[in-house]
Amino acid sequence: MPFFEQSAAEHLRNLETGEVSSVDLTRSYLDRIAALDARVGAFLRVDSEGALRQAAEVDAKRAQRRPVGPLGGLPVAVKDILCERGQPTTCASRILENFRPPYDATVISRLRAADAVLIGRTNLDEFAMGGSTESSAFQVTRNPWDLERTPGGSSGGSAAAVAAGFAPLAIGTDTGGSIRQPAGLCGVVGMKPTYGRVSRYGVVAYASSLDQVGPFGQSVEDVAMLLEAIAGHDPRDATSLNEPVPAYTKEVGLPLANLRVGWVREHFGQGLDADVEAAVRAALGVYESLGATLHEISLPHAKYAVATYYVIAPSEASSNLARYDGVHFGHRTNEKEMLAELAADRKQLETACDRQGLDRLDSALVRMYRRSRSEGFGPEVKRRIMLGTYALSAGYYDAYYLKALKVRRLIRQDFDRAFGQVDLIAGPITPAPAIKIGELAGDPLAMYLLDIYTVSANLAGLPGLCLPCGRSAAGLPIGLQLLAPPLAEARLLRGARMYEQATTWNTTHPEL
Amino acid sequence: MSLSRVEVEKVALLSRLRLSDAELDTITADLAKIVGYVDQLAEVSTEGVEPMAHAIEITNVFRDDSSSESLPREEALANAPHHDTRGYLVPAVLGE
Repeated sequence: MPFFEQSAAEHLRNLETGEVSSVDLTRSYLDRIAALDARVGAFLRVDSEGALRQAAEVDAKRAQRRPVGPLGGLPVAVKDILCERGQPTTCASRILENFRPPYDATVISRLRAADAVLIGRTNLDEFAMGGSTESSAFQVTRNPWDLERTPGGSSGGSAAAVAAGFAPLAIGTDTGGSIRQPAGLCGVVGMKPTYGRVSRYGVVAYASSLDQVGPFGQSVEDVAMLLEAIAGHDPRDATSLNEPVPAYTKEVGLPLANLRVGWVREHFGQGLDADVEAAVRAALGVYESLGATLHEISLPHAKYAVATYYVIAPSEASSNLARYDGVHFGHRTNEKEMLAELAADRKQLETACDRQGLDRLDSALVRMYRRSRSEGFGPEVKRRIMLGTYALSAGYYDAYYLKALKVRRLIRQDFDRAFGQVDLIAGPITPAPAIKIGELAGDPLAMYLLDIYTVSANLAGLPGLCLPCGRSAAGLPIGLQLLAPPLAEARLLRGARMYEQATTWNTTHPEL
Repeated sequence: MSLSRVEVEKVALLSRLRLSDAELDTITADLAKIVGYVDQLAEVSTEGVEPMAHAIEITNVFRDDSSSESLPREEALANAPHHDTRGYLVPAVLGE
């Protein structure tokens, strides 16, 4: 088996027995990236020098029989939205093109402490806003299974990197499905932990009540390993949960007895692709054959999830992204040009004796903000900022924002009731396999509607996992989503592993 | 619910964005469509339902009131597009 098809767990065993060194393993991945990433575009930057240095340090630790961390020498790709001290952290946005954070995100610190090798930074939708990685200001990422198609998003670079065999493990973030959805569309395993399970400190904020960091891997075991390394309480994140982290790597292999799997009536309605429906129903059959019982459940408010999400997430985004003002960090417009433009505007209004226009004319500071932000943000980010500002503005707050927060509670209560009857919920991750690049350009609402199966978990704060469960007639990966109650990550991983062990979907890889 | 261009211009100012005429046209149409879709929330009965602002409803996370090392000024200013040794520099605000 070629090295890039081996799981992280297998690599780790080989590293521990000395069969391979971290430097050799890292170099193999770097060579593969150098040879093939021009076709995929998963990485925004690859840090060959830094990665080989970290790998050499881990090899030295092993040689000297010093303690080695749980990811000892394994390359990990990181979505370019987690702050890394002194390294560019762009969020795939022009506005942060030259930003270099003065500190590490807690997840980066934990990866370092676990002796991971940080191999490079992956592409994403600008500020994680999107489901296809097409809104990146810098490059398009292609789906390794079909280079004409998107890898999904927003963590499309991380998902594509694992699918293409450019890294055994990767980190993403999930605000409305941004780990699970690209995992499904690229045929890898991705997990969004319970809100608060992993620290958000140093993760560039999109929608703070929904954002969560999580792992990608080729197998459920790999995802368990990476989650265990990054999870846990962080006093620097006030929303981080002060709960012990179970030994996921030890638990993942234990099958669940008397497992009750729920399937949601509302998930199998109109708009679900026939191949996807068939694959998901077959997956439910696999659970039954493993001794689980299947239960039909209802989530009556599921159909309002997209509407609720597209009020709450943009509202939080409009507030969070107010920090990009061209003052503290990030892009700032050319000041001379800005002042000249303002003077010209004033002159024109004075000549026209337009008193109202003069009263409304921007101050220099406001014009500076407006020009800096308009130059720095791309269209999707502007759209969401505008949508959120509108939903929060006087006269609309009650009808949109407050209303959405109430429906959010109803969505959560649906899940609480459902988890009284079942242990896990299984269903589709997207209505259809990966879309073609450019297929939905110019139709943002159609793009948002594809989030129907993923956003509920973020609104309710639940952990969710996606793993491969089939191929479409065209050979594209199809994902199975599993959801569990808050903090039941171990159950989620064990349930996923049961399915994975009984099937072979993660043993085939795309040819590049 | 229809959104007028004037309304969208007002939202752009509140958002501290400046949109070209072409951008205003597109975004007015996009927002009208999205807001039209979101309007379906009105049909959900939410009487007596408490708003849920956060997935995990924790309140008052305390820590010891002790000081610790903070970011040196130089590093805090390093990313500013325009600064001197003491602070951030912005265009003149007063005296216009």
